[in-house]
Amino acid sequence: MTDHELIWRIAGGSGDGIASTSQNFAKALMRAGLHVFTHRHYPSRIRGGHTYTEVRVSADPVKSRGDGYNFLLALGDSFARNPSEGAYYGNEEIKPLSENLDELNEGGVIVYDSGLLDADEIENFDERVEENDWHVFDINLREIAREHGREVMRNTAGVAVTCAIADIEPDVIKSLMSDAMPEKILEPNLTVFDDAYEMVQEEFDIAAPDISVPEGEHDEDQVLISGSDAIAYGAIDEGCRFISGYPMTPWTEVFVIMSQNLPELGGISEQVEDEIAAAALAMGASHAGVKAMSGSSGGGFSLMSEPLGLAEITETPLVLVEAMRAGPSTGMPTKPEQSDMEHVLYTSQGDSHRVVFAPATAAEAYYQTRKAFKLAYDYQIPSIVLYDQKLGGELTNVPASVFDEEPNADLGSVLTEEELVDAPHSDAGTFERFRHDTENGVSPRSLPGQKGGRYLASGNEHEPTGHISESPENRVTQMNRRMQKVDSIRAELDDDNEFNTVYGPEDAELGLITFGSQQGTVEEAADILNENGHSVKVLGVSELMPFPKEQVKSFLESVDEALVVEMTASAQFRGLVQKELGGYGDTMSSLLKYNGNPFEPADIVEGFETALLEGEELPDNRTKFVPKVGE
Amino acid sequence: MSAFSAIGEETEKDQNEFTPGLEPQPTWCPGCGDFGVLKALKGAAAELGLSPDEMMVTTGIGCSGKLNSYFDAYGFHTIHGRSLPIARAAKLANPGLTVIAAGGDGDGYGIGGNHFMHTARENHDITYIVFNNEIFGLTKGQTSPTSPMGHKSKTQPHGSAKTPLRPLSLSLNAGASYVARTAAVNPNQAKDIIVEAIQHDGFSHVDFLTQCPTWNKDARQYVPYIDINDSDDYEFDKTSRAEASEMMFETENALHEGTVLTGRYYVDESRPSYQQEKQRIGEMPEEPLAERYFDDSYEWERSYDKFLDKHK
Repeated sequence: MTDHELIWRIAGGSGDGIASTSQNFAKALMRAGLHVFTHRHYPSRIRGGHTYTEVRVSADPVKSRGDGYNFLLALGDSFARNPSEGAYYGNEEIKPLSENLDELNEGGVIVYDSGLLDADEIENFDERVEENDWHVFDINLREIAREHGREVMRNTAGVAVTCAIADIEPDVIKSLMSDAMPEKILEPNLTVFDDAYEMVQEEFDIAAPDISVPEGEHDEDQVLISGSDAIAYGAIDEGCRFISGYPMTPWTEVFVIMSQNLPELGGISEQVEDEIAAAALAMGASHAGVKAMSGSSGGGFSLMSEPLGLAEITETPLVLVEAMRAGPSTGMPTKPEQSDMEHVLYTSQGDSHRVVFAPATAAEAYYQTRKAFKLAYDYQIPSIVLYDQKLGGELTNVPASVFDEEPNADLGSVLTEEELVDAPHSDAGTFERFRHDTENGVSPRSLPGQKGGRYLASGNEHEPTGHISESPENRVTQMNRRMQKVDSIRAELDDDNEFNTVYGPEDAELGLITFGSQQGTVEEAADILNENGHSVKVLGVSELMPFPKEQVKSFLESVDEALVVEMTASAQFRGLVQKELGGYGDTMSSLLKYNGNPFEPADIVEGFETALLEGEELPDNRTKFVPKVGE
Repeated sequence: MSAFSAIGEETEKDQNEFTPGLEPQPTWCPGCGDFGVLKALKGAAAELGLSPDEMMVTTGIGCSGKLNSYFDAYGFHTIHGRSLPIARAAKLANPGLTVIAAGGDGDGYGIGGNHFMHTARENHDITYIVFNNEIFGLTKGQTSPTSPMGHKSKTQPHGSAKTPLRPLSLSLNAGASYVARTAAVNPNQAKDIIVEAIQHDGFSHVDFLTQCPTWNKDARQYVPYIDINDSDDYEFDKTSRAEASEMMFETENALHEGTVLTGRYYVDESRPSYQQEKQRIGEMPEEPLAERYFDDSYEWERSYDKFLDKHK
C-alpha cells in the first residue's frame, strides 16, 4: 500500500448493486485521468452472501489488485437469509463489515451503513479500530437514500461519502451518473449524492484520514475493459460470427457479450443442450465455412473433450475459450484458480495437438484471441484461450488504441471453387483433402456446397480423400503431418515473439516464473522485492502449447534459481516446464495458492523472502511453498 | 455470385451420381438392412435432382456410420451420438445445403438422445435417418435402447429388464414436424418417405427398421409390413398430433407382437423451421453466412467502431 493510491472496497450482498456501482466508480476515475484495477469477490448465489468489489486507483499504471485495501464502504447485506448468529452461514447481515476487517490496512477508513449494520455486534470492534488506527464513519446511508428516493440508492450515498473523504471531485462521479442512469432515477440519485456529500462534511471530521485520490492524466484515450470483453472483441475482429454455448460461470460472460452483439453483426449465437453439442456446433459451422467459437469452464469443458479430439483428427478449425475456476468438480464456481491447465492441454483420447494460450492481461487477451483464430484457421487445428475468473472479471483501463486494428475475416487454408478445379483429386474424382505431401503440415480444405470439393471428414484415421484406413504407412504419415503443424506454429510464434514477457533487470540473479493472469501481480511483487534489495526478474508465459521452450530455457539459464508462482495445488505449471525442458527440477521451487483468492503481491514477496530465501515455514495456509527437487 | 455453385445447380437425375467413383467393398454383412437405407437415399437424392456436392451427410458411430463411405457427398463421420449438432450448425452456416444426419438406434436414441430431443424441439430443417435394428451391431450384439424387454445378450444375460424406448412417440413429443417409419424390406416406400423428409421444411425424423441378420437373429426381417397410410385397417389423420400420437403408440406396441407397421405418422407443414423462427426474431441473417466470407465487398465490422464507446 502506498499513500498515493486508493484501494476502495465496496461490500454488500449479491443483488445490492455492488458490481454496477463499482464499475461506474472505476470508470469515473479512469475518465478523470487515473489508472484503475478492480477485483471481484462473490458467492455462487443470486441474492445475499458476502460480496465485494475492490477498485484500486492510482496516478501510475497498476497491474494487480494491490495489497490489502484502505477504504471500506460496507453497505450491509440487505438479502441476508438468516440474520442470527446460530445460522449455518453465521450472521450474514453484518458480514460486509465484519468479514472485511482482516484485510483493511492500518490507517484505513471504514464507512458503514448504520441503517443496516450495528458495529456493536462485532467482537472487539472498538479495540481493533484503535489498534489499527482506523477512521470510522457510521452513517445512516439507508435513511438518506429513503428520504429522496429508494433504499437501493444508498450505494450512491456511500459513493458521495467516499468522494468527500477521499477528495474526489463530485462532478467526476455525477457526470458519469448522468451518462449511465436513465432520467427517471437520475434526479433522485443526484439529490441523494448531494445530500450525503454535504452531510458528511458538516457532521464528520473528513480531514482526519490521510487518504486522498491523486490527480492523474492519460496520454491517450482509455477504455474500461474486462478480460471477457477483450476476448469477445478479439473474436469479433477476427471475423467470428457464430458462437454456441451452454451457461457456466465464469465463461458465461464471454457468451453473453457475444450473444448480445452478434445479431447486430448478422451473426448467429446458439444456446444449446449441453457442452458436447456446443463444441460440436462450433465445429459444424466452421466445417461449413463460418468462423466459429465455443467455450466453457471446467466441468463443461470436460464434456467438450470428445469433440475436441474430433477437431484434431478431422483438422476442423475450432476456437474454444476455457474460464478456469476452483475445482475439482463443481469446486468453487465463482473463485479463480489455474488448475484446469493440464486438463485443457491433454484432455481427449490420443496424442493432443492443439494451441493453448493463457493471456496475462486484457490487452493480451484481445491479441491472443485473434491469434488463436488465425492459427486455428490457417493450420486447421483447435485453439484454446485459457483464462480464469480473475482475468475474465477484472476491469482495467486499457488504451483504446489497442482495439484500433484492422478486422480479419480470412478463412485461412480454404480453397475457392476456382482453385478446386486444379487441386489434386483421386483417380475416382474425390478431392484430396488430407494430402500426405505438404510443406508445413497443412493440406487445404474445401467447404460443403463447393463444386468439385467433396470429401469425407472422419474421426477414424483416414487416407488423403478422407476414407477410413488402418494402413500403418498411411497412419504414421498422417499422424506425423498433423503433429508437424504444431512445430510450424511454434516457429511462427517464435518469429512473432509477441506474448511471453520478461520483466525486470536483465542481469537479475533470481527469477519469478508464472503463467496467465497472475503475471501483473508477480511483476508488482518483483518491483517490491527489488526495492527491498533483492535482484529479481519475471518471466510471464502466455503460450502453453506449443510450449516456448527456447524462451523459458534461456530465462532459466540466466538465473541461479526461480520461484514458480501459480494458482494450482499440484504445481502443474512447474511440471509442464520440467516436462517440456527435460529438467530444471533442481532450479525451480513453487509458490502455490488455491484458497479461492488470487495472489496479492505481498503473498509472493512473503513466499520469496520467507520460504525461498530464509527457508522458513510460511505463517498460514494462504499459500504453499514446495521446494525444488533435492530439498 | 455464389461461392457454392453446387447449391441449386441443375443436375441429371441419376442415382449412380451418389456411388463413389471407387466403390469400397461394403463392411455390412450380407442381408443387412443398411443396404436398404443406402439404396433409398440414393434414389431419393436422384429423384430430387440433388448433386453430391450440395449434400452434407453427417453420421455417428456404428455400422450406420459407414454410410458415408458408400454414399458420395460431403461427408462428416463424427463421433458416437453427435451427428445432429454438427449437422444443425452446418445448416445454419449455409442453409442452401441439403443436410442429412444418420446413425443407429444406440447412437441416436441412447448416447445422442439429448441431441435428438433438442434438435426435434428446435425443428431444424434437416433430415434424420435412424438405422433402427434394435441392437448394437458393430460391437457384436449388445442390448440397445430399442431392444425389446427380455432381450438376451452378452450384457443382459438374463434378458433386458427395460422396456424399449418409443422412438416415434419421443420424436413427436420432442417437437419433430415430420415423423415416419419405414423398413429396409420396403424400398419404394423408404425412398418416397426420404424424398418427403428432405423436402419437408423442418426436422424430419425417419425411423428406419434395418434388420441385423448377424446379431439380432431373433428379430424378424420386418416382414410382412403394413403401410398404415394405405391400409383400410388404420384410419387416422397424420396432421393431428393427438391421432398421430395414438397411432405411434399402437405401432410401437405392435412391433414386439409381430406386426410391422410403417408409414407417415405426423406431418406438420405449418410450423416454421428453426431458421425461419431465428430470422423472424432478427438473430440470423437472410443471406447465407458462409457466403459472406467470400464477398470481397463486405465491410467487416470492428469492435473499435461498434462497441468501444460504452467503455469510455
